[in-house]
Amino acid sequence: MSAPTFDLGKLHGGLRLPGHKSASTAEPIRDVPIPSQLVLPITQHVGDPAQPVVGIGERVLKGQLLAEPDRTLGAPVHASSSGKIIAIEPWPVARRLGDTAPCIIIECDGEDRAIEHLETTQNFMAAQPADLLSQILKGGIVGLGGAVFPTAQKLMQAQTCEIEYLILNGVECEPYISCDDMLMRERAAQILSGAQILMHAMQIDVCYVVVESDKPEAVRSLETALSELDDDRLVLKQVPTIYPSGGEDQLVQLVTNREVPSGGLPTDVGCLVQNVGTTAAIHDWIVNLEPLISRVTTVAGDGIANPMNVRARIGTTVQDVVEFTGGYAERADHLIIGGPMTGKSVTTDRVPLVKATNSILVVLKTSFQGRELPCIRCGDCASVCPIQLLPQQLFWHSCADNEVKLREFGLTDCIECGCCDLVCPSHIPLTANFKIAKGRIQELADEKARAERARRRFEARNERLQREKQDRDTELARQKESAKQAGPAAIAEILKRKKRQSEDD
Amino acid sequence: MEFARRESPYWSARVAVPSLMLQVLAALVPAAIAHVWFFGPGFIFNLLVASIFAVGGEWSMMYVRKRPPEVALSDYTALVTAALLAFALPSLTPWWVTATGALFAIVVAKHLYGGTGFNIFNPAMAGYVVILVAFPMHLNLWIAPRIGDIDYQYLSVLQTLTFTLTGSLPDTLGFDAVSRATPLDVMKSGLTGMRTVTEIRANPIMGDFGGRGWEWIGNFLAIGGFWLLIKKIIRWHIPVSVGVGLLLPATIMYLVDPGSHPSPGFHLFSGATILCAFFIATDPVSAATSPKGRLIFGFGIGLIIYCIRTWGSYADGVAFAVLMMNMAVPAIDYLTKPHIVGHDKTGGAP
Repeated sequence: MSAPTFDLGKLHGGLRLPGHKSASTAEPIRDVPIPSQLVLPITQHVGDPAQPVVGIGERVLKGQLLAEPDRTLGAPVHASSSGKIIAIEPWPVARRLGDTAPCIIIECDGEDRAIEHLETTQNFMAAQPADLLSQILKGGIVGLGGAVFPTAQKLMQAQTCEIEYLILNGVECEPYISCDDMLMRERAAQILSGAQILMHAMQIDVCYVVVESDKPEAVRSLETALSELDDDRLVLKQVPTIYPSGGEDQLVQLVTNREVPSGGLPTDVGCLVQNVGTTAAIHDWIVNLEPLISRVTTVAGDGIANPMNVRARIGTTVQDVVEFTGGYAERADHLIIGGPMTGKSVTTDRVPLVKATNSILVVLKTSFQGRELPCIRCGDCASVCPIQLLPQQLFWHSCADNEVKLREFGLTDCIECGCCDLVCPSHIPLTANFKIAKGRIQELADEKARAERARRRFEARNERLQREKQDRDTELARQKESAKQAGPAAIAEILKRKKRQSEDD
Repeated sequence: MEFARRESPYWSARVAVPSLMLQVLAALVPAAIAHVWFFGPGFIFNLLVASIFAVGGEWSMMYVRKRPPEVALSDYTALVTAALLAFALPSLTPWWVTATGALFAIVVAKHLYGGTGFNIFNPAMAGYVVILVAFPMHLNLWIAPRIGDIDYQYLSVLQTLTFTLTGSLPDTLGFDAVSRATPLDVMKSGLTGMRTVTEIRANPIMGDFGGRGWEWIGNFLAIGGFWLLIKKIIRWHIPVSVGVGLLLPATIMYLVDPGSHPSPGFHLFSGATILCAFFIATDPVSAATSPKGRLIFGFGIGLIIYCIRTWGSYADGVAFAVLMMNMAVPAIDYLTKPHIVGHDKTGGAP
């Protein structure tokens, strides 16, 4: 079946940002050598921490399972090289919450000896879809666009819905980041092969490979790979370069003109979105049996001497990666893991590169200037908001801490893309404000839920006591009544019996 | 290596409120020159008085409110208020009248409501209405435009300055000698006197569309306004909807009865229509926020201007129209919330 053609949907707002991508795409991807030490957080995914299955002092091989998820949502962690485990301890990481997380630390032996895995699934088309899914689960594969949702669970969730389209996300809309671009240029065939595996596993008939128009080399290389593949279920689509069209929900809207419902998933509107890096990782695991132990990441920014894209083992510290590229520039003020719009600022370069790390950005302080002034309600923020929120109203209500209004104006729908910040003439840190307000809303909801549970418990207890009392009363009344009906002789008989009983005791 | 932490995004806006306000002021410069050309140096004196009291008022209020005064002054919003007020005043205005307007605008309409960003009413228009009510005679003291064939006694720079400072005219001249009715006044009194529009328009102060001189200032204001539109400092919604709100009823009435209703062109080029459409109603703080809301807001202003001019007792109604629609802004904002992506069209959860 060939894919039906669609007019591109329209995304509200968004920004045309300067790309700053040419510096890091001038040279091919370079491999970072094995570092002396690998730092592997046991949580590199959305969900519960994986539980270590190795002990301190144990020797491990490349590709060996180090930690396994023990609950429903999670992904395994594998050793990215061979060596000895010297510690399992908290280490600085780049996360949304908290500065450190438990990590497995491997002292590498430099030999890079790999573990023998089971036989490969070269001919995946012959494999059972269910087998493919359980195989993907074991590969430690997570969404490499930055959200790091465990891929296997995402697929299992998608199986409960009717999926029409697999959307391959090659829309790398944040400035500076170019790892997906480089991956598409260099490994288009593997990306598409991963997509085919997914299509077979999920029984999806149409796959849109979506790339931004500012990546002509990636488009050319995908076109070549597509023509070699000769599979008309896969269709290449180019979209305009507007931030944040690479967000999952935004991409669905752009490509299919369907709005992902608030609080819902793309699967609710028949779409499964996967990052191009993720499908390449699926190919590497299913076909070559190499679990997710390395990734391509962009090292860029004015604070970097030689911007480039590198392939590094998961667990390599940022310090090692930056050193490999040629170190920092003369000035380096802020280290950001991720892009300039949504990345996380960290205080030390001891943090490891993890599955989520699509970019290591070092920027200068001079990039941000301007004093915060009062909001003048100009509405520019609303005109760029891809969700069509009214950031100025949200800001107003977040200052007043008005939870009801914040919900009414859709705070929880905010994707924290940062567009509003960039156009605000009053230089108000809107996104930071919304993050805090979201946290407070969550706290309030948790508190309410707790209070509600306590109330229900209390009410249930009262009800139970009431019921017991009632039961006692009716029983007593019944006994009294039956005694009355039996007459004085019977009452005397009962009293005698009771007396006898108490004497017996 | 250690780094300083920061919150995302790690870029900041290239635009800034101070530069926006400076550009608004710059857009007013051509019209200001035209104003001085046609109505003499009084405008400059008014502007100076208004600016001094607006800035002084802002500084004092920030001081009283225990906030850094330089922050409020650095955004130039007080100067924009002063400039708009100066444009609304006749060129012969005693300083205390201007000062009252400027102080009311900044102290009451702006800072007592919380300062920049929190004022419900357009400060310049609130200040203007206060002096319109408090000093009605002074605000009628428009002089005739400097056009060759209008027979009129012009005041010298010194005489104008003296009037601004003392409120008194040279002994040889009375108020009646220097003051001239504005085109809107002429039209209003003419129509009340049962004369036809054509007869009224024979008055030498009437120009191609509106009043001579006034329409040129209007042209220069429009040039400034279009420049602001091109620079994306203002958006098209309010200027266009103010125009539609005013011109739609004007056109209908003109087509129905051209004898007793001036043409749409007259309405467009008279009074403060263009100043209002591009510079006054577009004040973002006191306007509606969403595009749809702004269309309603602007249309309402245009419509009210038309009603006041046609059936009200004031010749022009810009200030009242703006203030009335300012009052309606919370309701408009509430009713025009845009559809949030992912929600159903009624705005609730899907």
